[in-house]
Amino acid sequence: MIRHTKSLLAGVAAAAIMATGALAGDLRINFDDLNPTPKKGFDEMIEMFKAENPDINVIVNINDREAHKTAIRNFLTADAPDITSWYPGNRMAPFVDAGLFEPVDDVWAANGFNEDLAAIKPTMTRDGKIWGVPYSYYQWGVYYRKDIFDLLKIEEPTTWAELMASCKVMNDNGVKPFTIGTKYLWTAAGVFDYINLRTNGYDVHNDLTAGKIKYTDDRIKQTFMNWKQMIDECGFVDNHASMSWQDAIAPFANGDAAMYVMGNFSVGGYKDAGLTNDQIDYFQFPEITPGMPRAEEAPADAFFIPANAKNKEDAKKFLAFVGRADVQTKLNATIGQLPVNSKSTVSDDKFIQEGFATVSTAAGLAQFYDRDAPAAMAKAGMEGFQRFMIDPSALDEILAELDRVQGEVYK
Amino acid sequence: MPASEFQATQTSWMSRNKLAITPWIFLIPALIFFAIYVVIPVFQSITLSFYQWNGLYDVNGNSTAVWVGLENYTKLWTDPKFWISLKNNVLWLFLFLLAVPLGLFIALFLNQTVMGMRFYKSMFFFPFVISQVVVGLIFGWFYNPDFGVVGSIWKFMFCEETTNILGNVTFKCSSPPPDILSSAKFATYGIIAAGLWPQVAYCMILYLTGLNNVAADQIEAGRLDGAKGWKMLWYVVLPQLKPATFIAVVVTVIGALRSFDMIAIMTQGGPYGSTNVLSYYMFETAISEYGERYGYGSAIATVLFAIMLVFISYFLWRMYQDERGAR
Repeated sequence: MIRHTKSLLAGVAAAAIMATGALAGDLRINFDDLNPTPKKGFDEMIEMFKAENPDINVIVNINDREAHKTAIRNFLTADAPDITSWYPGNRMAPFVDAGLFEPVDDVWAANGFNEDLAAIKPTMTRDGKIWGVPYSYYQWGVYYRKDIFDLLKIEEPTTWAELMASCKVMNDNGVKPFTIGTKYLWTAAGVFDYINLRTNGYDVHNDLTAGKIKYTDDRIKQTFMNWKQMIDECGFVDNHASMSWQDAIAPFANGDAAMYVMGNFSVGGYKDAGLTNDQIDYFQFPEITPGMPRAEEAPADAFFIPANAKNKEDAKKFLAFVGRADVQTKLNATIGQLPVNSKSTVSDDKFIQEGFATVSTAAGLAQFYDRDAPAAMAKAGMEGFQRFMIDPSALDEILAELDRVQGEVYK
Repeated sequence: MPASEFQATQTSWMSRNKLAITPWIFLIPALIFFAIYVVIPVFQSITLSFYQWNGLYDVNGNSTAVWVGLENYTKLWTDPKFWISLKNNVLWLFLFLLAVPLGLFIALFLNQTVMGMRFYKSMFFFPFVISQVVVGLIFGWFYNPDFGVVGSIWKFMFCEETTNILGNVTFKCSSPPPDILSSAKFATYGIIAAGLWPQVAYCMILYLTGLNNVAADQIEAGRLDGAKGWKMLWYVVLPQLKPATFIAVVVTVIGALRSFDMIAIMTQGGPYGSTNVLSYYMFETAISEYGERYGYGSAIATVLFAIMLVFISYFLWRMYQDERGAR
């Protein structure tokens, strides 16, 4: 028994030394995606960095996404790595406000990121400083069953009226226009964001998520009116509140529903469900207010330097490396997403091609409702969206409640 | 005698107070753990409820909490989600108590000597043995309108199989199947029904052991006096089951107040917060991904603690009374 305790103690001590005893040339990186493809892309990138910087001893710690979200709250203070992955927009705000991230304006200035990563700069900025370097993002839009569209002789709609007309054809032929699974709420936020961006534009999206516009504002009400029209004239699958986004692929794959407002990560799900590239395609969410500059949802992933990092010098070298055009080209070719650096090139996958065309020409890039709005507001907002989708008649009550939450959250 | 008197004054303080000290020595380990894991956190949580805090420490390890006094509590008062949670807690409390009579009747039913009775008993007890998480999952699938039992029966009765535009098999229903866990009206009842399943089993076991101790001579005497059926149950059997009933009620009330796992598994408080109870709402505001409001969460926890305190004090007081009466 005593021997056991001793060896246990020795183990704990060794772990403690390993955790804190990083030497000067060590670069500790915490990454947050264990899924095979992203992990492969990350590993390749690390190998490339090691080859270029043989004197830096890179120590990698990969955690799963949800665990990382919890762990980062502790390790930033208690045992900070030199680099950690995290999200821009409001998601980085609590850490920036608590002084836990290191500003990296100098890395941006020295490597020309101010020009090459210009589109994403506003979301990486808080309090006038830049806090990290993004390495990847992906587009959102409408994924649809091309075979059904061909069968019904529908073209990709580019305006709201065309979308409504297409929906009518689908409904007349017994096809549910849209599938969605709102059990985990955020999918409904994607639909809301797009209708709002197309109805009122990028600035209203930002002012709303920054708490400068009330939810009972006429412009936001107009967004909900358009959404109501979409529910009435197009329609979403029944029981969406009991489905996850993956569950909602089933009616799409079966041909019961023809369109899905989603992010590009869902393409893998369609293919797993047996669909081929010929059966699925992508179009940009159609225009609602004529002439409104087209803004897109493009949630980005980024690397940050914790304020408590021990090896900031090498950490900055790594950030400069991550932002480089060739590195982003290679990384995103592997993980199937879009590079943020405008000098990068993209792979010839049709969704990546279309996504790059969509995002790189956008007038503004939104991060997604639950990343642009503070957590408490995002939760209340998304519950409101889900409720609205189930019961549009409760709109006034929902908006009043969102105003109340907004009054508490932004002070 | 003088010798023994001398002895008594010579013995140490320890041995003189042996009877008073020994229990405390045995209690010390438990008391230490109870203090660390229960008592101190309770006070920490109450303190935290007067702060606004997102759970972060700054670079130097100082908490970023800000004192806000009673603000968290005044916010609670105007927060509809808090009232929904409280209302659901009351619903849980009353409906969960159904487990007590249901458990009693199953116990009475099973309290007979028939071939293979042990097997039936263990089958009835089964839901209590499996994890609450598993019960939640099973019921979640059971209620699922697409592939669950509810959905399948509905499809059989109200839907017809057709092919869709692509020639794949699909169902056309005269009305969509009920989506219990996604309906603000029924979801809470659906979860309570799932929670009742293991709770009934628990009450049943309590009553089965209680029934073993029912005095046969009193039943006999009652029978001679002409009592049978309901009268026998109400006037002869139930009074003897009083201790079992008391424990069953205590366990059920506390189980209802701390209902958390079922909700976390089946609906995560949804749809739009309509199945929240205080414990889950506390978790959601303080610890979940969209929470990080530790002060507000602590205020909810404090309210829940106060409610529980009422019940727990009553139960303790009752137990104390019983013990005094027994002496």
